[in-house]
Amino acid sequence: MKIPILYNLRSLKERPASTLTTAAGMALVVAVFVAMMALANGFRSALMKSGSPNNAMVLRKGANAEMYSGIARSTASTIAGMPFVARGTDNQPLSSPEVFVVINLDRLTGGLANLVVRGVSPRAMQVRQGFEIIAGRELQPGASEILVGEKIVDRFANTGIGDKLSFGGRAWTVVGHFSAQGSAFESEIWAENEQVMPVFRGEVFQSVTFRMADPGSFEGVKQQLEEDPRLFVDVFRENEFYQNQSVILTQILNFIAIFIAGVMAIGAVFGAINTMYAAVSSRAPEIAVLLTLGFKPGNVLSSFLIEAVAIALLGGIVGCVLTLPINGLVTSTTNWNSFSEIAFAFRVTPGLLVSGLVFAALMGFVGGFFPALRAARQPVVVALRQG
Amino acid sequence: MKFMRLIWVNLLRNKRRTLLTVLSVTVALFLFTTLRSVVTALDAVSEVGSEARLITRSATGITFALPQSYLERLRAQEGVQSVSWANWFGGIYVNESNFFAQLAIDHETYLAMYPEMAIPDDQRQAFLNERTAVLVGRGLMERFGWTLGQNVTLQGTIFPGDWDFTIRAVYVPDDPSFGDQLFFFHYDYLYEGVNGNIIPGWYVIQLNDPGAAPAAIDRIDRMFENSSSPTKTETEKAFNASFVTMWGNIGFLVKAIGTAVFFAILLVAANTMMMAGRERIGENAVLKTLGFQDGLLFRLVLVESVLITLLGGALGVFASKLAFGPGNPVSSFIQGFEVAWSTVILGLVMATLLGMISGIVPAWQAMKLPVVQALRRVA
Repeated sequence: MKIPILYNLRSLKERPASTLTTAAGMALVVAVFVAMMALANGFRSALMKSGSPNNAMVLRKGANAEMYSGIARSTASTIAGMPFVARGTDNQPLSSPEVFVVINLDRLTGGLANLVVRGVSPRAMQVRQGFEIIAGRELQPGASEILVGEKIVDRFANTGIGDKLSFGGRAWTVVGHFSAQGSAFESEIWAENEQVMPVFRGEVFQSVTFRMADPGSFEGVKQQLEEDPRLFVDVFRENEFYQNQSVILTQILNFIAIFIAGVMAIGAVFGAINTMYAAVSSRAPEIAVLLTLGFKPGNVLSSFLIEAVAIALLGGIVGCVLTLPINGLVTSTTNWNSFSEIAFAFRVTPGLLVSGLVFAALMGFVGGFFPALRAARQPVVVALRQG
Repeated sequence: MKFMRLIWVNLLRNKRRTLLTVLSVTVALFLFTTLRSVVTALDAVSEVGSEARLITRSATGITFALPQSYLERLRAQEGVQSVSWANWFGGIYVNESNFFAQLAIDHETYLAMYPEMAIPDDQRQAFLNERTAVLVGRGLMERFGWTLGQNVTLQGTIFPGDWDFTIRAVYVPDDPSFGDQLFFFHYDYLYEGVNGNIIPGWYVIQLNDPGAAPAAIDRIDRMFENSSSPTKTETEKAFNASFVTMWGNIGFLVKAIGTAVFFAILLVAANTMMMAGRERIGENAVLKTLGFQDGLLFRLVLVESVLITLLGGALGVFASKLAFGPGNPVSSFIQGFEVAWSTVILGLVMATLLGMISGIVPAWQAMKLPVVQALRRVA
């Protein structure tokens, strides 16, 4: 027969100070774990959402980043004319040859940031999906106008609609703000490619991104372009290109999260062991009575394990609640592949909260195991005599 | 102190509990000092650059180069001792995960400007004399198991093709924060390799007098203000510091985690001391009856508590000092990462603080114990 859980819960209430300190310690461990994972999650998610599997991205052969690449105008038009490039309703190819530069701008909070300025073709918004102008209007061809990503607005001066932002020796009028589903593009400034090109790097694009007529045939498209003797290019699936940029930093952040939370957990588990041993020894007579009444040692073991896990879960829940306010908080780091600042939001997902609770339960289980074992193996007679 | 034995016996009365508490403080302080060292390493990198050297780069952005013609104009500035320049190469060694910085430098002027790099004279000559020679930091040599005279091929990303180099010299930095993971080669080699289709990435300027830096910075940037390539000049120190900030707000992150670690362990230690206090109500009543003063009991509990955390803290702090001494594997990733003595001291102070705070409530309770009531429980 099982010992009712109510017994454990009442026992917890009997010693509130020790229950609460133990649970609070675990809450902090869980909070650090969830917060660090939310950071890694947010960064990864920004790059995972960048780019579409339906698009192909073309760079000069050997250039592993847009910044290092160079694509001649003739190459760009050769690519646009290929049969596997999808066409829009007007039967024009959905292809955007782009200029990519990284400029310096002063953050409002101080310090220089490196920001991406992307010179796009008027078709870029059709080539890429999930873009939305959230304020203002689209770019007008032939004008010194820019669209500013949502994550840049508010963090840099002169990014409001109608403001003039100066870079590359020109003053650019901000005509709109755009969102892009939380992707890395939201940390970019967009202008027309023909406007950006002469100001910065002269007659050369950095990349060509086009929609594939049949996304399933990517391997064939890639092979055909890379083997074309006129072109000298490497071809990537657009979403994979950005995902690859997230791999290293995400791994580092995950490792740090697990390392820090793991080490903290060891300390918290030792605390839990202390608490549970104290609980077991102060309740030795009670346990003896339970055993005398006919409860099996196995019942006592699981009863104390449940008690330890309950304390830990209490801590886990508090820890998870503590991290909720950081969800959506925007922070920034550098994407070293493009050498530019990428802003992203902490992402506390339901899955992450569940893993926080599992982590807490695990700490409770490990911390409660030996004390529970001691309780179960208690010699009844000795304990009864104590009472 | 004649009561040491009493404290000692109290510590040993529940050996398991004392041990577990000591160990939990150990892991916490290990973590604390390790995290703290990340911050000190990054701070040191921001501090390492010279105030007497200026870096002039394009005002447009870090990836934009500057005209060759600026060289003579910079040299002609008053207070300028010498001018050198460098370019970022961005090559890949075998595969992309083997990242390290490669710089094409104007070798003669650059080496003369950096006495921070200790290079044996024969190696220095060998590096200067050969067009494809490279100068490599000792840490980088060890990381890839390279040897002097070995040929190394990098795959260019900015400058396409395979580039062959021969390692001719190894430097040891005089300050670990300078970094021993750099790879220097001749700008001339790059220049020829791309058929002269290249201009300097940034200029390095050695001033006669570091005090003249603000004026010189102002003069240089004004000189190029209205040209096609305006410049941004700063001291090398400020330049290095700006790279550190690119990682994001690491300082805040580490402080937040450090605080959480501290409080989590504070709770564990405080819980232990409260449990110990509860067990000893009777004993303390007896001690008081025997004539022990309130203040003495207060101190006894506090000393016991501090002993636990200080012992645990010392173990943790010195474990991290041993694990992350000079040349530890993490330092190839975070330049100059090691646990400094100042961090060790800070860790011990934190441990002491931890003991004081966690002992204060039980110590107070022991002091304020009503003797008669407590004695009744003993009976």
